[in-house]
Amino acid sequence: MAEMVKTGAKKKVKKRSQLKSIWFRFKKNKLAMFGLILFLMLVLMALSAGLFLDYDTDVIGQQMKQRLQFPSPEHWFGTDQYGRDVFARIVWGSRISLSVGLFTVGIAMTIGGAIGALSGYYGGKVDMVLMRIMDVFLALPGTILAVAIVGALGPGLVNVLMAMSICRIPQFARIVRSSVMSLRGQEFIEAARACGTKDARIILRHIMPNAIGPLVVQATLNMATTILGVAGLSFIGLGIEAPIPEWGSMLSEARDQMRYYPYLMIFPGIFIMLSVLSLNLIGDGLRDALDPRMKN
Amino acid sequence: MLKYIGKRLILMLPVILGISFILFTIMDLTPGDPARMILGEYASQEEVDALREEMGLNENFFVRYGKYVADAVTGDFGTSYRSSTPVVEEIAARFPATLQIALLAMFLAVLIGIPVGIISAVKQYSFADILSTVIALAFTSIPAFWLGLLLILLFSVRLHLLPAVGSDTWKHMLMPAVSLAAAQMATIIRMTRSTMLEVIRQDYIRTAKAKGAPQRRIIFHHAIKNALLPVITTVGLSMGNLLGGALIIENVFGISGLGTLMVNSVKSKDTPMLIGSVMFAAVIAGLVNLIVDVLYTYIDPRIKAQFVKKKK
Repeated sequence: MAEMVKTGAKKKVKKRSQLKSIWFRFKKNKLAMFGLILFLMLVLMALSAGLFLDYDTDVIGQQMKQRLQFPSPEHWFGTDQYGRDVFARIVWGSRISLSVGLFTVGIAMTIGGAIGALSGYYGGKVDMVLMRIMDVFLALPGTILAVAIVGALGPGLVNVLMAMSICRIPQFARIVRSSVMSLRGQEFIEAARACGTKDARIILRHIMPNAIGPLVVQATLNMATTILGVAGLSFIGLGIEAPIPEWGSMLSEARDQMRYYPYLMIFPGIFIMLSVLSLNLIGDGLRDALDPRMKN
Repeated sequence: MLKYIGKRLILMLPVILGISFILFTIMDLTPGDPARMILGEYASQEEVDALREEMGLNENFFVRYGKYVADAVTGDFGTSYRSSTPVVEEIAARFPATLQIALLAMFLAVLIGIPVGIISAVKQYSFADILSTVIALAFTSIPAFWLGLLLILLFSVRLHLLPAVGSDTWKHMLMPAVSLAAAQMATIIRMTRSTMLEVIRQDYIRTAKAKGAPQRRIIFHHAIKNALLPVITTVGLSMGNLLGGALIIENVFGISGLGTLMVNSVKSKDTPMLIGSVMFAAVIAGLVNLIVDVLYTYIDPRIKAQFVKKKK
């Protein structure tokens, strides 16, 4: 027991220094830091949305007298065909996009991670069956699978979240599986098993911390593609429905006014792009920071 | 080689079967009665019941799925609930438009992506490299449908150079293909750059340089072959993404291709059409992937050698 505590403590010390050196390498990457700052600004925007703008009056309240006004000091991004302030809708929309991205990746990572860990740890038939099922999902292009699932469940926030999560599960399963398989035979795992540690604890406590690197990178990049995917689904009317201010559905509404009020379709697009860009930059930076060999 | 292709084709079967099963289950579990949909709101309950019986909808789930698969094996993927045309005919009619756009997009992505990636790597940290990196970053992050809208705004609404909707001439294809290609091109640029950077640091490149081989020859004769291998895999895998992307891009440009067909069949709960078109897309993506893998063996002698060894 005392020994176990000791090894645990040692590992923690090592882990902290590892984290520090990763952060050090990440910090030196200007593009990655730019991405991180951009992302934090978007998060701040999402968190503070409720402080300045009221959802019912500013975001979904229609004021026909003020419809389709060009950007002005009063309405920074102009107003849409229902007289709603585009800036307010974009600020609130960041809550939708970021949280859908976050939840999707969270769900997919948990379920996919569990499948991958089981598959990689036990191998054999379990691995065969689980991976063949994952192959089926991987054979379908993500967008097509998402459309099929949303089509079956119907549009709406929760359904889109579910569809997106299901699409992302196989990718996480694959990554965790390969990490687990490469670690499974190592001595410290054997040692843990010899001590009588339960499988679940070995996987969670000893294997996962070592497999977390590629997982985090994948999660970041995946969140970016999820935000893009959700916007795309909403754009074709199979995603998050009006009047919720989702950026993709805002673009879909703006399309009808494109000829005379092009500003309506400029801003939501810019914000989708910025959030995706920030996550891509962070993901790339993390990958380089985690694998120093890549960057020389 | 034929044996390998055959094996790969056989391996595709369970995947296709799995896809059909998953879609069949999803569509079956969700509310909505196909018979009611075909007959419309005003049909009497008796008529609906009769049609349900006729369509075999009252049978057990597994019996219906079994029937579907049995029919599918003979090439009969059912008829559309919405238009009552055979699924195969409708897909055959819609696919060419999607294929044209996807192929054009792939062509553009490769044609621009690979040279830009090579220049970027060879002249690392130059202005051209930084510019192409920034463009690649922007294009991976831009939503394809938004790019499409911006192109329409610029070339159709403002400049009146290209038509905004339809798919009749090559002019119609240009903007959809470009919007679809952007993300793919960005991936190819980044991939080519990083593999090229890796390759030009290898010993054999240094040897070639030491021999006094001209730079042009080093790049085109020695480096490019090895650098492009992973890129080719990416291109092969991109077909699935392009077909998926077409789903949304076709909506932007009002093209009646496979993508709009899928979206419409989802919206109207047209189960046979949806399953048929999704399976078709998966088969196409799988076949392109297989073709690329086969090409691979011709490009990379190491793989060929491996393969020949196995044959013994």
